[in-house]
Amino acid sequence: MDTAFSAEDLAFRDEVRAFFDEQFTDELVGRLRGKNFKEAIVDWQRRLYDRGWIAPNWPVEFGGTGWTPTQKYIFETERSERGIPGTVPFGLNMVGPVIYQFGTQEQKDHFLPRILKSEDWWCQGYSEPGAGSDLASLKTKAVRDGDDFIINGAKIWTTYAQYADWIFVLVRTSSEGKKQEGITFILVDMKSEGIKVNPIISIDNEHSLNEVEFSNVRVPASNVVGEVDKGWTVAKALLAHERTSIADVAQSKRNLRLIKEAARQEINGGKALIDDPGFQARMADIEIELMALEFTELRTLAAMQAGGFPGPESSLLKIKGTELQQATQELRMEVAAYYQGVLPTDLDPEVLGHSFGAEARRNFMYGRASTIYGGSNEVQKNIIAKFVLGLE
Amino acid sequence: MNFDFTEEQQMVRDSIARFVQDDYDWETRKAIVASDKGMRDDFWQTFAELGWLSIPFSEADGGFGGSIVDTMVIMEELGKGLVVEPYLPTVVLFGGLVARAGSEAQRAALLPSVIDGSTSGAFAWVERQSRFEISDCATRAEASDEGYVLNGEKVVVFNGANCNQLVVLARTSGDQFDRDGLSLFVVDANAEGLERFTYPMMDGQKVANITFKNVHLPADALLGTAGGAMTVVDEVVREATIALMAEAIGCMGTLNAKTLEYTKTREQFGTAIGSFQALQHRMVDTMMAYEQAKSLLYKAVCEYQESPEKADATINALKVLVDRNAKLIYGEAIQLHGGMGITDELDIGHYAKRLMMINTTFGDATYHRARYAEKAYAA
Repeated sequence: MDTAFSAEDLAFRDEVRAFFDEQFTDELVGRLRGKNFKEAIVDWQRRLYDRGWIAPNWPVEFGGTGWTPTQKYIFETERSERGIPGTVPFGLNMVGPVIYQFGTQEQKDHFLPRILKSEDWWCQGYSEPGAGSDLASLKTKAVRDGDDFIINGAKIWTTYAQYADWIFVLVRTSSEGKKQEGITFILVDMKSEGIKVNPIISIDNEHSLNEVEFSNVRVPASNVVGEVDKGWTVAKALLAHERTSIADVAQSKRNLRLIKEAARQEINGGKALIDDPGFQARMADIEIELMALEFTELRTLAAMQAGGFPGPESSLLKIKGTELQQATQELRMEVAAYYQGVLPTDLDPEVLGHSFGAEARRNFMYGRASTIYGGSNEVQKNIIAKFVLGLE
Repeated sequence: MNFDFTEEQQMVRDSIARFVQDDYDWETRKAIVASDKGMRDDFWQTFAELGWLSIPFSEADGGFGGSIVDTMVIMEELGKGLVVEPYLPTVVLFGGLVARAGSEAQRAALLPSVIDGSTSGAFAWVERQSRFEISDCATRAEASDEGYVLNGEKVVVFNGANCNQLVVLARTSGDQFDRDGLSLFVVDANAEGLERFTYPMMDGQKVANITFKNVHLPADALLGTAGGAMTVVDEVVREATIALMAEAIGCMGTLNAKTLEYTKTREQFGTAIGSFQALQHRMVDTMMAYEQAKSLLYKAVCEYQESPEKADATINALKVLVDRNAKLIYGEAIQLHGGMGITDELDIGHYAKRLMMINTTFGDATYHRARYAEKAYAA
């Protein structure tokens, strides 16, 4: 049992550092914060692609890196320590893995390279107005018509649908048997006739969420991934892939580092916040749980290395990871004090008197979503109870 | 990176698990705790014969040359069985101090008898005023013509009732709270001027308060450097804390397994109570609490293997997390067992009591959180 870095690991770390230093430029940082987020993140993802590092979790034969768990850990740590955003998950972490796991040769040949090159922007058509945690009760319908399916219905909470070229959709193709049967996983071109995207402004005052309506949308049957009526298996596999990337321990670690730095600057009556025993206790409780989660993640990575695909344990990472994200976001808000309430403003931080209040607010507010999406944490507990603890 | 155990480690683990299953059933354990001695000498001999007592010691000292991972494996299994025989006091603490601080002659005189099971050892460091600060030591050893004269009192000495040899922490110079000026002495438990007051603890241990009134010690009773004991005490306590946390993991995992099993068989309202979502989610919480504590133990062990001091902040963190998560786990275990959970007959409450004693040993969560904060948040 050990986690010591080998000479190869250290050399790899140097390589990663050199790449980030060279490619993650100040100019790019500015653009990522600006109005053209999509263009900027695609630019960044193409730099990763050119280096061969766009899909660390994919098998090598489909364009993965072949990294060991230690190398993945090094890469993620170095990335988040620099505040570099993760890749957009819908193609790379969600639909990509199920296409190489369940897709036809044609689907693999067509979609996988385009995902790797960020040529298609994907979004997720899972939840519906009447199907949230009870995802299998979804009603969006696909009816066979020759070589096509005709889709009618609506999906909701669709992140970045306004940018998307493609959407992967769970549709009902049969109402016989259990509700988990008769679901089909299908890929839909967002340019298809009959698709309408309605924006939803979220609690952080931003527009990332949408409702997507389908009115007689015609989709080739060859776009079905896996078997018709057997999409629930595909849907669950995708969620397991999604969950492992939701924990984002490295990001929470970075946030704690930022909180520590800020808490040295914040002064109450001549005493720095970081020296307040009450604050220290709260910070320590979060940090300690996060230290543990980092090793829980490493244990999962090591197990995945042996076993292949993530199992129900990924639910644990999702629950703990999101709880800690929220705890960290909350603490950062408190460090910001009055400035936690600042809405987007064109005022310069110098004039405003503060640098991170607005960002803390936005992260905290949108962060409420993390315990809800990817299957709410309560649903994760149902999954663990059933599949890990064997409780019926 | 790997979290695997070697073949030897798996063999030791299986061998202790077999012992617990075949020879250390609950009725046997109850009888041991109820007996005057509070341990079984024949079991201790079995431990010696199976080589468990030799594992942490170097091959030069007649041991197996085991690592911290071996100690972790052993302690986790002993924790699963709530084994009360004094592995930690005798092997990890007494043996560890002699192995690290002892001269070649002292090691040759003492360690073979630890390994063959004939020496029962203890480390006496707690005083009635000291709480968790090990260097808060009022017991004094004054230099004399033939060696030292020891005066003072130690309390809650683990294995204090049964030990025949002690390592005593005593002040040879400086003031009560100084880290410098402390020394270690090997003291025969039957020495003249030494008196034991033994009493049982809730977790089945037989401990003692030990008073020293002009106990005359030969010069070669001094273990290590006069005045410089804290360096080696820190080393041994660091290792012993990891060992104790591994024992806690064993207790916590067993509590979770027993509780899960119970809720699958116990029927109320015409169905197994494990089918209720309110209970299921609580068992998921305790499962996560266990996995998190185990992960942090692995982190501490991995850091320790790189260099022991590197693990210090993580060990503080581990004490905090195990304290918090053990409370959750034993609390839920008692609650989910219902009325049976609060009986003395059932083992559940006894695992809880052992975890409570583990939590307070070498410092509780409040103490360790403050130590963690000193390391993590100092300017």
